[in-house]
Amino acid sequence: MSSSAPAASVRRSIVVEAPIERAFDVFTKNFGAFKPAEHNILAVKIAETVFEPRVGGYLYDRGIDGSECRWARVLAYEPPHRVLLSWNINPRWQIETDQDKASEWEVCFIAETPERTRVEIEHRKLERHGEGWEGVRDGVAGDQGWRLYLQRYASLFTRG
Amino acid sequence: MITYANTSWTALADPTRRAVFERVVEGPCSVNELARVLPVSRPAVSQHLKVLKDAGLVIDMRAGKQRIYRIDPEGLAAFRAELDRFWARTLAAYKLAVEQPPGETK
Repeated sequence: MSSSAPAASVRRSIVVEAPIERAFDVFTKNFGAFKPAEHNILAVKIAETVFEPRVGGYLYDRGIDGSECRWARVLAYEPPHRVLLSWNINPRWQIETDQDKASEWEVCFIAETPERTRVEIEHRKLERHGEGWEGVRDGVAGDQGWRLYLQRYASLFTRG
Repeated sequence: MITYANTSWTALADPTRRAVFERVVEGPCSVNELARVLPVSRPAVSQHLKVLKDAGLVIDMRAGKQRIYRIDPEGLAAFRAELDRFWARTLAAYKLAVEQPPGETK
């Protein structure tokens, strides 16, 4: 059975009334201020969201109890024009530690005028999150495969 | 109707709903079966299933007089829709933050 293959990327853009440098600064230094509050897979409330401004750094949430959730990794950091990060949260709402199974999101800042900036986001390679998922699904010929798949899937939720 | 409150980000935040979902993950089951194994009333199970269904986490099939629920094998499509909503909300809030006069951003 072939999958319905939804477009494996998400694109969004917005125009803001701010110079490109400020647009970039606010995005990278204040990410926690505008990220939706329910975007939190820690067991506790988020104390702060940290964006480490360097390639190899992380974008992570720190909970009020000191626990951390490193849910994105910085792959490119080019102020004030572009950042590229991985997205290390899988569709089952768990941290994905395998970088090969993480999608990626690119943010481009384009100066339309000295006081106006277009910010474009492309979240792509979503199919990477589905590799294990689809692979198992395609291999499911009978109950045996299906049951194994469900057990594996269930095991994702048994921690914590 | 899908609202922000019904995304899987929040759908699984409720412990009871998570328990319902985990049971469905173990294998397809009906509302009655779920109400029997979980300390939750049948109407409450139905309500939780509705939220999980709206969030794209489970699907239902009619089997005789009852409905059987199982996990959504096209979960990736739901994931994509969820990310789309995440970025829409994030960018809208970002615009408000960036257009505040400098110094007022928290």
